[in-house]
Amino acid sequence: MSNRSATVIEQPGWQPAVASTGSRAEEVPAIRVEPSKGWAALQLREAWKSRELLYFLVWRDVTVRYKQTVFGVLWAVFQPLFGTVVFTLFFGRLAKMPSDGVPYPLFAYAALVPWTFFANGLNQISNSLVRDANLITKVYVPRLLIPFAAAVAGLVDFLVAFVILLGMMVLYRTPPTANIIFLPFLALLALATSISVGLWLSALNVQFRDVRYVLPFVVQAWLFATPIVYPSSLLPARWRLVYGLNPMVGVVEGFRWALLGTHTRPGGMIIVSALTVVGLLIGGMIYFRRTESKFADVV
Amino acid sequence: MSGRAVRVENLSKQYVLGQWRAHDTLRDHLTRTFSVFSRAPRERQQPETIWALRDVSFDVQRGEVVGIIGNNGAGKSTLLKILSRITEPTGGYAEIHGRVGSLLEVGAGFFHAELTGRENIYLSGAILGMKKSEIDRKRDDIIEFAGIERFIDTPVKRYSTGMNMRLAFSVAAHLDQEILFVDEVLAVGDAEFQRKCLGRMGEVSRAGRTVLFVSHNMAAITHLCPRTLWLKGGRVHADGASTDVVSAYLSAGQGAGSAWRNPSSNRPSMDGAFRVGAARVLAEDNRPASVMEFRRPFKFEIEYEILRPLKDVAVVVRVINSIGEHLWTSWDTDPDRWDSGLVRMPGRYVSVCRVPPHFLKPGPYRVDVGARSATPPYELHESVLAFEISEVGYALHPDRVGVIAPLLGWDVTRVDEAHGRLSESSSEPISVEAAR
Repeated sequence: MSNRSATVIEQPGWQPAVASTGSRAEEVPAIRVEPSKGWAALQLREAWKSRELLYFLVWRDVTVRYKQTVFGVLWAVFQPLFGTVVFTLFFGRLAKMPSDGVPYPLFAYAALVPWTFFANGLNQISNSLVRDANLITKVYVPRLLIPFAAAVAGLVDFLVAFVILLGMMVLYRTPPTANIIFLPFLALLALATSISVGLWLSALNVQFRDVRYVLPFVVQAWLFATPIVYPSSLLPARWRLVYGLNPMVGVVEGFRWALLGTHTRPGGMIIVSALTVVGLLIGGMIYFRRTESKFADVV
Repeated sequence: MSGRAVRVENLSKQYVLGQWRAHDTLRDHLTRTFSVFSRAPRERQQPETIWALRDVSFDVQRGEVVGIIGNNGAGKSTLLKILSRITEPTGGYAEIHGRVGSLLEVGAGFFHAELTGRENIYLSGAILGMKKSEIDRKRDDIIEFAGIERFIDTPVKRYSTGMNMRLAFSVAAHLDQEILFVDEVLAVGDAEFQRKCLGRMGEVSRAGRTVLFVSHNMAAITHLCPRTLWLKGGRVHADGASTDVVSAYLSAGQGAGSAWRNPSSNRPSMDGAFRVGAARVLAEDNRPASVMEFRRPFKFEIEYEILRPLKDVAVVVRVINSIGEHLWTSWDTDPDRWDSGLVRMPGRYVSVCRVPPHFLKPGPYRVDVGARSATPPYELHESVLAFEISEVGYALHPDRVGVIAPLLGWDVTRVDEAHGRLSESSSEPISVEAAR
């Protein structure tokens, strides 16, 4: 054993490392298997190496979702559309909710598209480890891939719903603003929000199946804590930055601002939201890695 | 690097049993947390623990094929799970030099029912660690090995269990990592497919790859692995040449033994008319024995009681080889017809089945014991006896194929003109082996 491999091998946890084989030129990866102690490294490099598997898991989720349902892709549209109809009737017509000068259906749907993406993603991610228990107990794959795949698979639904949003904008003669270039970033922020919260919940769900039952309440409460049926302009300006601590606030207001040209100037909120997500994401990954060693024994 | 592929040092794994384990609800967790403060300190529930693995150490050189045997719960699967990184050890460490492929419970674990066979090849291949390009290359071989060409574009939910398993194993069999951890791949499937799997395992082990192979199939272990570890109670009980370790394991009477007493003999079967008391494997001198010599006859003895006159009753033994094939079924009424109408009167009986010498090849065997009469219900006790035919005195060429090696009569006659007929030896059957 060469010194080099020995030093690499000293690190805790599962360390893929490249050990030199001494006389031989070929490189043999060495893995050290031992109890993890302290702060487990995030092992992002290992997850990155397995990106092909991530692709296959996403592909599986997407294929299966559309194979099993009669209406297939229509469901991706139906959910936010139904919400739009209900909200338009009750909040738009009945309660005369202000909508930043945008037709209320468009106002609601533009928020429900990223929201549905987030909420469905969160649901899928939270149950991903339990659903794919086989991938934990019968084989080793970087476990972080499992919630990530569940999240990314939702992108297809999101894109379909988004196309309908563009159609509605044509219908209501609302041209997008130049800020539309920020839209990919905002979609990414929605994805990151679902992953950051989902990592916590999926790991918790392995041990406490209550998560599955608590989640619908959380999502419902979160929906009303996010400016979907109402505009955040209802809040006093000095509270809006604090409001941005709910990451979906930045996403939803950002969507309306970039697409519909609402004059809410959500920049500050988006930045606060993005920072919150980064914090949640790092925390979630660390929590995930720390509990991961018990997954196979508990799930 | 010294060509070492796996190094295991004092590897230990402790499991917590009982309510502290899986699927806690949050409520349980909270109650536990708060009960510490709120109530009188109850007996501090010390979680019950078990060491599934205790201070296990061994080295495996590159290219070595090592068998791992032991009773259920001895820690075999835990060991492979730790080495595969599925679960973490509690103590000790292991170093693994090379890419690892694990085949643990291959039985269709990673398939999705809605996807077709072809799609599932990609999915489970990727899960087992293959690159897409690699799967592209091997796809046709995988399909052919599984023998399901016609159904490859059918969703696997329409597959039979057997087809599912064949495809799953076939994908796994095409892994080409340097180090393979294989857990009991031969426990499932029909005999034909098991032979195929065994053959594949043989190829893999000859290809210079490092294999750790867990199995209950002692014949496969001795055949494939020059070296075997015997785990017992989470520790390495023996580590050495497979033939030595396996025969020590077998003669320690692990699992079913050479004598069996019916635990439910107080409940007569066959509508209360029949009662099996005990069964034994006996050497030719009538002593119970678990290891027989190839060249010696032996017998099965079944004690039973008949409580009412029974028509067409027959006591039955079935012999099963190590890969689960039934070699034969024999009835104590043979060769009479099964519906001869004979009635066996109430009383205590012993039926003895004599097995000729030079018949069963060396290896482990199991025996089912049962009885039947003209009408159901019948009685069957599966795998209650076990015995082994030892290599001692077995001198047949290893290339001889076939599951049994019966001694048959041969006539050898020289027929060229110059010598005429070799008449003096033609009357005696010649065993080619015996003549050597």
